[in-house]
Amino acid sequence: MSMKIPLVPENLKPLPRLKENEGMLSWVASVDHKQIGIMYLISTLVFFIIGGLEALVIRIQLAQPEFDFISPEVYNQMFTMHGTTMIFFVVMPFLIGLGVYLVPLMIGARDMAFPRLNALSFWLVIFGGILLYYSFLTQSGPSEVGWFAYAPLSEKPFSLNKGPTYWALGLLATGISSVASGLNNIVTILTMRAKGMTMRRLPLFVWMILVTSFLLVFVIPIIASAFAMMLLDRLLEATFFTPAHGGSAILWQHFFWGFGHPEVYILVLPAFGIISEVIPVFSRKPIFGYSFVAGSTVAIGLLSLGVWAHHMFAVGLGNVANLYFSLASMLIAIPTGVKVLNWVATMWGGKIWFATPMLFATAFIIEFVIAGLTGVAVASVPIDWVVTDSYFVVAHFHYALFGGSLFAIFAGIYYWFPKMTGRMMSETLGKWHFWLTVIGFNMTFFIQHFLGVMGMPRRTYTYHDFPYWGSMNLISTIGAIILALSVIVFAWNIRRSLKHGEKAPDNPWNAWTLEWYTTSPPAVHNFDLVPPVRGRRPLWDLAHPDQLDEPNSKVV
Amino acid sequence: MEKLGGIFNPSSPEMEAMADLTYYVIAISIGILAIIVVAVAYIIIRYRKGSKDSSEPYQNFGDLRLEIVWTLIPVAIIAVLFQLTCSTMKTIDPPIGNEEPDIVVIGHQWWWEFYYPKSGVLTANEMHIPVGKKLLLRIESIDVIHDFWVPELGPKIDAIPGHTNHLWMGASEPGVYLGACAEFCGTQHANMRIRVIAETEEEFNEWQKQELVVPRTPRSGIAGKGAELFQTKACMNCHTIKGTPAAARIGPDLTHLNKRQTIGAGVLTNSPENLTKWLYNPQKYKQGSLMPNMKLSDSEVEAIVAYLEGLK
Repeated sequence: MSMKIPLVPENLKPLPRLKENEGMLSWVASVDHKQIGIMYLISTLVFFIIGGLEALVIRIQLAQPEFDFISPEVYNQMFTMHGTTMIFFVVMPFLIGLGVYLVPLMIGARDMAFPRLNALSFWLVIFGGILLYYSFLTQSGPSEVGWFAYAPLSEKPFSLNKGPTYWALGLLATGISSVASGLNNIVTILTMRAKGMTMRRLPLFVWMILVTSFLLVFVIPIIASAFAMMLLDRLLEATFFTPAHGGSAILWQHFFWGFGHPEVYILVLPAFGIISEVIPVFSRKPIFGYSFVAGSTVAIGLLSLGVWAHHMFAVGLGNVANLYFSLASMLIAIPTGVKVLNWVATMWGGKIWFATPMLFATAFIIEFVIAGLTGVAVASVPIDWVVTDSYFVVAHFHYALFGGSLFAIFAGIYYWFPKMTGRMMSETLGKWHFWLTVIGFNMTFFIQHFLGVMGMPRRTYTYHDFPYWGSMNLISTIGAIILALSVIVFAWNIRRSLKHGEKAPDNPWNAWTLEWYTTSPPAVHNFDLVPPVRGRRPLWDLAHPDQLDEPNSKVV
Repeated sequence: MEKLGGIFNPSSPEMEAMADLTYYVIAISIGILAIIVVAVAYIIIRYRKGSKDSSEPYQNFGDLRLEIVWTLIPVAIIAVLFQLTCSTMKTIDPPIGNEEPDIVVIGHQWWWEFYYPKSGVLTANEMHIPVGKKLLLRIESIDVIHDFWVPELGPKIDAIPGHTNHLWMGASEPGVYLGACAEFCGTQHANMRIRVIAETEEEFNEWQKQELVVPRTPRSGIAGKGAELFQTKACMNCHTIKGTPAAARIGPDLTHLNKRQTIGAGVLTNSPENLTKWLYNPQKYKQGSLMPNMKLSDSEVEAIVAYLEGLK
């Protein structure tokens, strides 16, 4: 195979850059998936700072036993808004937004299948966020019943304030948005792939977005109908969830967790996708066991639909139900473990370049394994009875959603920032950001495992001075302050790099998926020509015509 | 070194079984984590790219046998864990059958009511139990969802309106075990604390006898004035004092308040001084509590304190 095949035409037409269409209107009125994607990312960064400040207020109040920094009402509002913001307005729209930006580029398409629906999805998230935060302006402030809003506490007799109503309306708006973007992704991925891009050659990030999109379409309607019932209860005197009038308090929990547990995978599967792109590129090797990484995602997606009641072991559903949900939940460890081992095996034998994206991806593996192990522990009913509703669970899910999703999100931002903006981010600031995050994160949350098994309940604005509780909480609070510093460094890095960052080449990491084939930032129409897709790594094949991925990659 | 609580001090057979399982699973988890950490550390040292090295490493796409092995190993671990889960649950949660509960626990915003159906005792926030006995608790709620949790004595279980739960509980050693509501239940979720006082059979029986005594209502003096105020100042709309017309169960039964260790479900230790402070303004110590500031005068507070502390 020494004959050189001209894969790419020599002359690329010069194209208009996004820069030339600057101006607010070109953004607000845009139906371009890249602009919408970037708007998603910017707005989630704003919500991330708001949600982070709420977390900081929580940690300051808990720095000392019987501390008097904020009132119990404000504390309860803070943890309600922190959880709601981070889940519905940071991690979820960030990952959806990243998908909106990347999926068409990665599959070699011009745009999403339904560009206007795409814009609607984004603006509904903003609308939902405004509705949610508008509740700060109401007389008694935002909802103070937690992001889980358990009935009957969230019902009118116990929450007369307007907070939970705005909360439900805001989330209903984002729910509609999520279903729309799920459908949009599914149609885009199934129908708009470039020639040669078979499902077995799909980049893993796109695979994970596809599975996530099916989950969105299946489970968001569950919670959306529950929100509708809650609003009927609160506004029109219905009694779906009020036991005093024949409703059921437990029914809300089934609806909520029927959505809520798959939601965890909605928040983490695209993060797995980011990791599955970053680790191979920086290890200079293809992903180890592609089919198993993609297949295990489908397995996780299916299993996640049947495990919701592991959030309800203390509800008293009976031992038969408890044991079923216990076993089903433990099973998720198998496909998740397969993923982790494939990532480690991808790094094994590589020539690893520890740039900032790879630092976050490597730390992700360790932090996420901790979350996975505590996750298997809490799937065992008796252990759950020890630790549920305690700080152990707070530690567990922050390892999943911060150590997992957010670490991957940071890896993704450092990885794709050059593509989106045409500028490199600062590696020095990136390393500062990384180390402050790792230290701050583990300092804040690791110790909470111990607080939990020692008996500290969650969602309490104050606590007695039991032996070591004060000092352990203080350590956690200092960790949170370090995390706040890390966010300042991160925000500064973005701001600085946008203006003064080194100009990014089209493919700064020497990566292999199609988005790196086009210019940085990409032209409005993405590609002049999409190179032939003859394997999972089109750009590797272009660079190594004598060492094509297929048929070698066909094995796994 | 001060004694650590919770899982580090299991004080009932149920809690010991749960703590053992937890330790066991934590040990396995630390082992697995160690393998991953060592592997990643080795990779970081061994497979770091040299600064001048621009060649690509061997392109390895995977290995079917490895995939099968690391799918089957977790299957085996989970099989063991599930078996342990089932056997532990047998110990801590045997079937109830037709047994009558020893204690009925009723969650209220933000205090606990304990009713002993076999003797008729009704008390609040402090649950006396005879040591070394396996007791059956029936858990209910009057308003929102609460959760009964005494970390050293056993599992936690929700108190749900319209749904009855049961819990086996006991204490191996005499002592005071502290617990709290574990399900978020509103403004004062943090101050919905539980004290379990485990005592010998004789002490427990003596306590029950004392609790069943209907005290004589004072007719004269400052306590007499307090008794009168209790009936006229709206106290009786929410509270019970046996032997008087006050029989409401919205707030805790105060008949034997002077025997309790704390007031306000654990916010203040019980003393005439603290009761005085509490009566001046409960909202100062338990903001959001359903007991409003009654705006009592100095002499009224003094009289009610004398009445409540003097009930025998």
